[in-house]
Amino acid sequence: MVKLTVDGIALEVPNGCSVLQAAELAGKEIPRFCYHERLSVAGNCRMCLVEVEKVPKPVASCAWPVAEGMVIKTDSPMVRNARRGVMEFLLINHPLDCPICDQGGECDLQDQSMGYGWGDSRYREPKRAVMEKDFGPLVKTVMTRCIHCTRCIRFLAEVGGAPELGATARGEDMEIGTYVQQALTSELSGNIIDLCPVGALTSKPYAFVARSWELTRTDSVDVLDAVGANIRVDARGPEVLRVLPRINDDVNEEWLADKSRFAIDGLKHKRLDRPWVRRDGKLVPASWDEAFAAIAARMKDLPGEKIGALAGDLACAESMLALKDLMSALGSHNLDCRQNGARLNAARRDFYLFNTTIAGIDRADAILLIGTNPRREAPILNARIRKRWLSGHVPVAAIGPAVDLTYAAEWLGVGPAVLTSLLSGEQSFAEKLEVAKQPMLILGQGALARPDGEAVLAAAWQLAQRFGMLHADWHGFNVLHTAAARVGALDLGFLPAPGAKGFWAMRAGAVDLLWLLGADEFEVARIPPTTFVVYQGHHGDRGAQRADVILPGSAYTEKNGTYVNTEGRAQRGRLAVYPPGEAREDWKILRAFSAVLGRPLPYDDLKTLREKLATTHPVFARVGALPAAGCTDQSGPGGDPAAMLPNPFTFPIANYYQTDSISRASPTMVRCTETYYPGLAMAAE
Amino acid sequence: MSAEQEPDFVQPEHFAFDAESEQAIPGILAKYPPGRQASAVLPLLDLAQRQMQRTTGSAWIPTAAMNVVAERLAMPPVRVYEVATFYLMFNLRPIGKFHLQLCTTTPCWLRGSDEVVAACRKATGIAGWHETSADGLFTMTEVECLGGCVNAPILQVNDDFYEDMDGPATERLIEALRRGETPPPGSAIGRQGSAPLGGPLTLLDGKG
Repeated sequence: MVKLTVDGIALEVPNGCSVLQAAELAGKEIPRFCYHERLSVAGNCRMCLVEVEKVPKPVASCAWPVAEGMVIKTDSPMVRNARRGVMEFLLINHPLDCPICDQGGECDLQDQSMGYGWGDSRYREPKRAVMEKDFGPLVKTVMTRCIHCTRCIRFLAEVGGAPELGATARGEDMEIGTYVQQALTSELSGNIIDLCPVGALTSKPYAFVARSWELTRTDSVDVLDAVGANIRVDARGPEVLRVLPRINDDVNEEWLADKSRFAIDGLKHKRLDRPWVRRDGKLVPASWDEAFAAIAARMKDLPGEKIGALAGDLACAESMLALKDLMSALGSHNLDCRQNGARLNAARRDFYLFNTTIAGIDRADAILLIGTNPRREAPILNARIRKRWLSGHVPVAAIGPAVDLTYAAEWLGVGPAVLTSLLSGEQSFAEKLEVAKQPMLILGQGALARPDGEAVLAAAWQLAQRFGMLHADWHGFNVLHTAAARVGALDLGFLPAPGAKGFWAMRAGAVDLLWLLGADEFEVARIPPTTFVVYQGHHGDRGAQRADVILPGSAYTEKNGTYVNTEGRAQRGRLAVYPPGEAREDWKILRAFSAVLGRPLPYDDLKTLREKLATTHPVFARVGALPAAGCTDQSGPGGDPAAMLPNPFTFPIANYYQTDSISRASPTMVRCTETYYPGLAMAAE
Repeated sequence: MSAEQEPDFVQPEHFAFDAESEQAIPGILAKYPPGRQASAVLPLLDLAQRQMQRTTGSAWIPTAAMNVVAERLAMPPVRVYEVATFYLMFNLRPIGKFHLQLCTTTPCWLRGSDEVVAACRKATGIAGWHETSADGLFTMTEVECLGGCVNAPILQVNDDFYEDMDGPATERLIEALRRGETPPPGSAIGRQGSAPLGGPLTLLDGKG
């Protein structure tokens, strides 16, 4: 620890602290543009100048290490004068276009100019102008506004792992750009919009849409992947206008993946805003009563075992509980949530969770990826792996077709045979796992959603056992999910009871009435015509096209819902806007239908429903928190590793930008697909 | 004012180091410790520019060449672009066979660089900086101090310094270059090295 004084306040700070950090610990605000606590220190904006006694000139506090007995002044005449001077220089070439700038109202330059600036300029010469750059369909540039803080360059190089931005030329000609005018390929590129302290990088879909002070802010969680990133939903009236990340160091730090940030315009397209009933082969608009009557009529005289339900990837725990309760009231145990056919084992929670936790990746010392491409399945989690890889030369190996993960992974092979050779110690990476103290493996849906998924799961567990990944204070066995609803559904037991029909049987027509709760991610068209399909959901996507009755539900921004992320962390999404038209919150639809059947579900409001949720499934009682990680029971899931097939693993996500009904409806995501996967976009047409 | 314009030249799609360049690369890389190969970015860019001069007659670095350098040194291409655009000695667009680099910094200017510039324009027909003459032989670039102030004004042609220039000497030089001759570099007025104009003036100059 180092003893020093900041503005007369004596305090002790850790060794290696910068003067800026010390001043913050003393509660002093230091203005800054280039400094960001999650990026490397650049020290080029000079806004953080402070006075240090016995140092003749003001020092850049972000890059100045503390020393014993240092006397720091953050508000002396020298400091104020230095800040005014820096501000005047920064504004030399900055246009005075705040009234037409999307950053207006939430601009660091604006705020700091008001707080620390001089209020005038002596510069009378022409300002420089910089041509706009094309960074692709997501990030809009107004490069004349750029103050060269280089945060965007550092973010893409360090966190994003796709170093495509740079500062070319020099002096007055210096420009930030890709030089070759290419679209940014990082799945995290939207974060440079948040990082940009001025209006040089703004959101392209949100351009000229709203002012920050017009928006209603609602804290929520993201559901477009299974990470459960914490988000803030900004809405005006009935429209969700943008989504921004909230800081949660245990989940998403302060980043947000591009799909989660930009797919929200899909919430305005292809929406189901009223019930529909199929009559004479055609879907016709109907009232709620007619829709309910049509389902009730079909259900009449149907035994419970002929009714089934599938939960989709975006469903909240509340609606799944209501559906499960409705089904058991009808005598049906034909439930499933594994639309991708993954052979998940729900016998114990740690068989299907990301047990190490996302923050736990920071402590892993060897990482093995099995049948997963986290860059597409969970970009934020992938950034954590990259961060770990960067910080300590942690060996990372992967099994599957080689792709660029933004860090150097050793590709051991493509199929399950590698698991066998690792178990036997033949594979050379086994030595690295052997010496590691806290190794972890990540099992992707690509390894589980195949006929031999059970065997792969068993083999992976054996690997975890064999290489000491399972002890009382470390659990290195991880399943990475791709669907926000999946873990919640498994926790609720939204699975076929023993002897009841599962996903494959129901798809093949084993039930006469199939209730799809937002289930779109399978070949809906293969459900035989004899099955009566009820689709409850928010988008006119695959499921709705096949449906005989459509019940309009609400999307994640339109309801209070609980979601459990891949780590097993229950988090609450909150209602930011009301569902469109006649659409309703999903659990309310199910509660209303149960009343039509004369078997009302035992909850009339969200509070009672959540109480039931928490009492029957204790995981939902601990919102936001995770129980201590660690493996207390080494016995593995059933399954024989010898049954593994030779065929290679395939990754579940081909097109990162369109994975669910919301992102498929999003014009921005369509543009992204055209830009980044031109082959897939052509095939879709 | 800076503004990107549509390029008026064609970037070659491919670039590869030829045998002569390849021979030089191991020696260059060996100068840097293992894992620090990125430090070789300047010499390799220079090598690429010299290869272009040798093979096409125009000393410049196409984007394809920068990508090859990036790949060779295992660094992101944009880091190479940053270096190449920072140093003015790298030409990122085609230039003439003879690159006339005119110093107009204070010492050269005091000694008559304006006259040298005017003579260059007259002899080559070039109007502005960074332009190439109609015959494709000459490109004029204004450069900062070349470090030869004692023998100002300086005109650098490709790698060679022509010193103590004036209008007529410049025109003669350009005519000679056009004829395919290579006049000997150095002082145009026969000065020995950087010695004073009227002959040596030091204590050891033999007079005393």
